[in-house]
Amino acid sequence: MSDITLNAAPKVAEAAPRTAPISQIGFVGWMRANLFSGWLSTAVTLALGYFIIRWAIGFVDWAFVNAVWSVPNNQTQACRDLRGVGACWAVITEKHRFILFGTYPFEEHWRPALCVALFVGLYVVSAMRRFWRKELALIWAVTLAAIGVLMWGGVLGMPYVPQERWGGLVITLILATFGLAFAFPLAILVALGRRSKLPAIKAICVIYVELIRGVPLISLLFMASVMFPLFLPEGMNIDKLLRAQIAIILFAGAYLAEVVRGGLQSLSRGQYEAADALGLSYWQKTGFIILPQALRLVIPPLVNTFIGFFKDTSLVLIIGIFDLLTAGKTAIIEPAWQGFGIEVYLTVGAIYFIFCFAMSKYSQGLEAELNRHRAR
Amino acid sequence: MSETLEHIASAARTDAPPAILLDKVNKWYGALHVLRDVSLNVALGERVVVCGPSGSGKSTMIRCINRLETHQEGQIKVNGIELSDDLKALDDIRREVGMVFQSFNLFPHLTILENCTLAPIWVRRMPKKEAEEVAMEYLTRVRIPEQAKKYPGQLSGGQQQRVAIARALCMKPKIMLFDEPTSALDPEMIKEVLDTMVSLAETGMTMICVTHEMGFARQVADRVVFMDRGEIVEIGEPNHLFENPQTERLKTFLSQILRGH
Repeated sequence: MSDITLNAAPKVAEAAPRTAPISQIGFVGWMRANLFSGWLSTAVTLALGYFIIRWAIGFVDWAFVNAVWSVPNNQTQACRDLRGVGACWAVITEKHRFILFGTYPFEEHWRPALCVALFVGLYVVSAMRRFWRKELALIWAVTLAAIGVLMWGGVLGMPYVPQERWGGLVITLILATFGLAFAFPLAILVALGRRSKLPAIKAICVIYVELIRGVPLISLLFMASVMFPLFLPEGMNIDKLLRAQIAIILFAGAYLAEVVRGGLQSLSRGQYEAADALGLSYWQKTGFIILPQALRLVIPPLVNTFIGFFKDTSLVLIIGIFDLLTAGKTAIIEPAWQGFGIEVYLTVGAIYFIFCFAMSKYSQGLEAELNRHRAR
Repeated sequence: MSETLEHIASAARTDAPPAILLDKVNKWYGALHVLRDVSLNVALGERVVVCGPSGSGKSTMIRCINRLETHQEGQIKVNGIELSDDLKALDDIRREVGMVFQSFNLFPHLTILENCTLAPIWVRRMPKKEAEEVAMEYLTRVRIPEQAKKYPGQLSGGQQQRVAIARALCMKPKIMLFDEPTSALDPEMIKEVLDTMVSLAETGMTMICVTHEMGFARQVADRVVFMDRGEIVEIGEPNHLFENPQTERLKTFLSQILRGH
């Protein structure tokens, strides 16, 4: 609307635009600028290129060309003969069911497999913005309940499987998904509470965050598994997985709360005042004005913490819960398969990587999309 | 002016109960006494301009009127409702009092239209469609209906401030408070915002405006309030006040303002 016109300046003859020299643009230009800009950088490029190619050839030889993909009846001698020359993927062929599903009854493996599929489906649906409506909460509730029914069984003709026999990838996904799904709302409430004007609420939130952050997750897990039952009345027992789950929720909640609080603090006071002046209630102000802005700002540290906790669920191994990493570790205890740790850990690592990398990539896209309003 | 603001214009200009009443209001920031026995009556439909040197308490005073700041002594009544710790009363007051800030304070993550419809929908419980119609009406009045789908960051300062005015008007307030609305603007944008405020004043809106724009004060103000060091030093009609300042403090202030312009 501002009708500022700056076309009064005298006209100068305009130079015809032409394209930049070919050596400055495109792939050739990029190579010149970044890899071969001088004799030193050329030397470094060539030396690094040599080492990378040599290492890559060695890895391909080990992982694919010389690899053993399967062996009959646990006869691992063929593998042992190739030690250091070829990978023994036979250990994965043989043990993948155990790594993925732990000691869950073999005939019933389709149940945890379906649960993993349900989890992945849940992530994909939740990631799509067009599903960001009230119904999504219902989808979550139904899916998580379905996963519970599938894992425990005892209904619909599925035999009952006690929690002690659950294991593998599905445990990792249960701990991470339930953990973050409960920790994140908890964290938002705590972060808001820490900025509350009510002294009691503020004090509770500060004590919670400082107390939980002040101890290692491992000690919390120990407390949950060893000390907590001592305080329960005789005969009463809470599932070990649930106790570990609660410990993880409390721990993640404290960390996430501080991340969220950082976002809250970066908003100017004017935003609060404008919302107040319009007569919005506290929860309207928080829900429509404050949180949407604060959370967008902290997507990178938030996802950083999410990824960290996804991997930290592996610490439950110290209290004897069979998550993905523990299952992998246990798979190679059997004498016939001892010594094939590299193959198993590479596989387990790859599974973790797929989930974490997906989270990271998704968050980058989300960040760009949600912060579009900041582009001018 | 157009019919959009008829509801305000219909209010009687004189003999009505005061829209705003401040009675011996005192406020401290710690030991600093920022408002000293401030008393002021603003009638319905009256336009009051508040001026004074920086730190004189003028912003603090109008921020007390919708309780962005709390006062410690004295009484403030808005539309006959007393400001107190009663949250219900506060909600009623904020619904009737619109405010425009120096730094616009638009919500950057919402479009211009959403900025304007959020409070009517959630505070006034207006149906979304109706709220959008009202918003477009006011955006047209401040002459930026074509920007409705943009985000605040894509607009110039003057445009943002006009959106802020439209956003406040969408709540159909009875009183409008302006807290130095042109101080953060580049000179070439001040006029477009002042023009919007003048046309608003012509509809009979009750306005309290903290500003140093003396031309605006002369054009629209019924009364000018001069504040210094937390006190109201002089009140009067603009021409009378500016031409016959009674106190040294106002004389000094006016000479500084004139030198600056």
